[in-house]
Amino acid sequence: MANDDTFLLDGVAVPFNTGQTILQAAHAAGRYIPHLCWHPDYKPHGSCKLCTVKIDGRLASACTTPATPGLRVENRTPELDEQRRTLLQMLFVEGNHFCPSCEKSGQCLLQATAYELGMMGPHFDHFYPNRPVDASHPDVLLDFNRCILCSLCEQASARDGKFVFVMGGRGMRGRKVIINSATGRLADTDFSLTDHAASICPVGVILKKRVGFIVPYGQRKYDRAPVSVADTQGDEP
Amino acid sequence: MPQNWIMLAGMDQLEAIDWVLSRHRHDGTRLMQILRETQEALGWLAPETITRIAQGVGWPRARVEATAAFYSFFHLRPRGEYCLLWSDNIIDRMAGSRALMQRLCEALWLEPGRLSEDGLVFVHTTSDIGMGDQGPALLVNYRAATRMTAERVDAMAELIRNRVPLADWPQEWFQVEDNLRRAGPLLGEAFTPGAALAAALSRGPDAQLAEIAASNLRGRGGAGFPTARKWQACRDAPLATDQTRIVVCNADEGEPGTFKDRVLLNSHADLVFEGMTIAALTVGARQGFLYLRGEYRYLLDTLEAVLQRRRDQGLLGRGILGTPGFDFDIEIHLGAGAYVCGEESALIESLEGKPGRPRLRPPFPVTHGYLGQPTVVNNVETFACAARIAEKGAAWFAATGTPQSTGSKLVSVSGDVARPGVYEFPCGITVAEVLDAAGVRNCVQGVQVSGPSGTTLTGEELGRRLCFEDVPSAGALMVFDCTRDMFEAAHNFAHFFAHESCGFCTPCRVGTQVIARLMDKIAAGRGSQYDLQELSRLHQLLQGTAHCGLGHIAGNPVFATLTKFRPAYERRLKSLEFEPAFDLDAELSQARQMTGRDDAGAHLAET
Repeated sequence: MANDDTFLLDGVAVPFNTGQTILQAAHAAGRYIPHLCWHPDYKPHGSCKLCTVKIDGRLASACTTPATPGLRVENRTPELDEQRRTLLQMLFVEGNHFCPSCEKSGQCLLQATAYELGMMGPHFDHFYPNRPVDASHPDVLLDFNRCILCSLCEQASARDGKFVFVMGGRGMRGRKVIINSATGRLADTDFSLTDHAASICPVGVILKKRVGFIVPYGQRKYDRAPVSVADTQGDEP
Repeated sequence: MPQNWIMLAGMDQLEAIDWVLSRHRHDGTRLMQILRETQEALGWLAPETITRIAQGVGWPRARVEATAAFYSFFHLRPRGEYCLLWSDNIIDRMAGSRALMQRLCEALWLEPGRLSEDGLVFVHTTSDIGMGDQGPALLVNYRAATRMTAERVDAMAELIRNRVPLADWPQEWFQVEDNLRRAGPLLGEAFTPGAALAAALSRGPDAQLAEIAASNLRGRGGAGFPTARKWQACRDAPLATDQTRIVVCNADEGEPGTFKDRVLLNSHADLVFEGMTIAALTVGARQGFLYLRGEYRYLLDTLEAVLQRRRDQGLLGRGILGTPGFDFDIEIHLGAGAYVCGEESALIESLEGKPGRPRLRPPFPVTHGYLGQPTVVNNVETFACAARIAEKGAAWFAATGTPQSTGSKLVSVSGDVARPGVYEFPCGITVAEVLDAAGVRNCVQGVQVSGPSGTTLTGEELGRRLCFEDVPSAGALMVFDCTRDMFEAAHNFAHFFAHESCGFCTPCRVGTQVIARLMDKIAAGRGSQYDLQELSRLHQLLQGTAHCGLGHIAGNPVFATLTKFRPAYERRLKSLEFEPAFDLDAELSQARQMTGRDDAGAHLAET
């Protein structure tokens, strides 16, 4: 399909089709814009704000802004990457992200993005949430202490037609993923390992049991290539 | 008590839920009202209650729970027979609310935020309940009680201990005064229901829209968007089959320090409903909603009665004033304690039974609003103005005010003044003139205009004018005299935003918490210059990257006071370059408690 037109991403032309967002077009063209809550198979959510770019001088989310001809989009500038590091630090202190002991390490989008952006430490005081871990399901473990509230599990489970995960509550203390059962336990839902939602979590919340270390540390997705390369080769986590 | 309460009395729990569900036609978009009425009947929303409601409306259970968990006034855990929530705005605090809450807790032997052991009573704080002119105030089972004193608190504790039903409590405690201190063109003259509507009908929708445009009426919620442009956009938006246009009155008056809509709804509801009906005529809407904040629950029955009277008078319903095809009715939707629902797209989400999360825009509500239909959302006062414009004409309206801010403005005044209340002044009035009318008792240190999301003025800036050309506002002044601590005001506002953030986007969800924690650190005397820089940096991040207006401005009051009242911060700082956020000695308190020691050797020397 012929591209309608182009816009400029950090000075380089990116082709796009009408209806594509800036992030979609950049992704299709193999260009990396940092993101956490965006996934090419799902509707943009616009909540993590990592993809905030400067469009003709104004800040906006690349995942929700439609591409239009001739836009000048700043992406990997020192100013924007600094802002992104702060947002990452906020996510790191909001949850409990102890990478060395997390089985998602090496294939975690949050960790990989922090490496990509050169985040050297958490900066803010840790909040140390104490959210219950749900190990009730035979095949899947849930550790919400690592949740970044991206809502991808909600969208994926809606696609599964099950609505196992729904974003609810308010604010930092209240907002969370609500499980679709009266007990709040995953085992009491119709969730299954073959659901889209079982494989969508970009961080270490929804973990399949018994496979956590089949690929050893050091040989995992983002060990092989940084997210800016891995993410743009059509190989989503 | 409303009729449904009596109906529900003889029923068991499931029957009560099913009765509420059928009353609302098992319609999931009415979930907010279903949850509220169920909770009013059963006391709280137990897991099996949520399950039953989900089955009843045909929604996934988790979606129903998601909505219930979003709003402060819905309880997924028991809240006791008495739930007492103290308004926690800085103005209530200045009037002594914190000490009174403490007194109540001590009298009842309980901690704030924790249900009493016998499950009888719960005492906590809540965001401003709109009684800043007659505080300290609280909600008793969601009914506003005003002008609390130590004597009243003691008597209240006694009534609770004796389990006296609320209906038998002294009714004067629940008296809410209008405190309308000055009326002008909008409220100064009596209004005959139907007069404005008849004038609009004889003019016709096109001419009525032109009249609003000529009046240059701008939104009274603070943003100042031209009303005629909004109405025009809604009117021009295409309709799909089975769609209608919608008129919504935003009475989610949650901005701390603002309470003028309370007065309009209590004593001038006809003016407001008539304005909505005129909007319906102009844009071609058949359905209307009044989104009433949960804190104003006490107004519900009065407002329902006004609506019923207007139906009986032919001012609502089918063929309004005998005009074939002019069908419009208004329904009241009660909120449940969420400031963010004042944002119009969050308000619409709430109307649809969902958590009040601001939508991605565009599309805007004027083209895709309530259930995807073109929707006009205006402030209570805007509709009242529209009614007067229909009645008396654009020229009459524009004769008051300034060129860019025509008409008059209702101003809520609270804090350090002799006569707190609501004042109607021409737009463009100076802050000083309003303060003169309200009776300033002491030298003015600062004025917070339009609540925490508004503008902070110093005592030197009282010549500033309340209008869109100078200080745009929703019309509220919180006055702080020179004995007050402006840091405390900012500290209170920082916690307000942290509590009210919807939690959708990273910068606002976490950033408002980080700001509140930094303010706590400074308040505890452990702040450094570095923390002040951090506050400014966070303000800029929120302003640039947050998802909606709440997040954009959440750092405002801190940044403004930091700029204008810097000594209030600096006198709390340690002189060191860096201070840890925690207090080493305080960290040892648990160890001291466990060992039963409190001697000098069990303490670290103060650094």
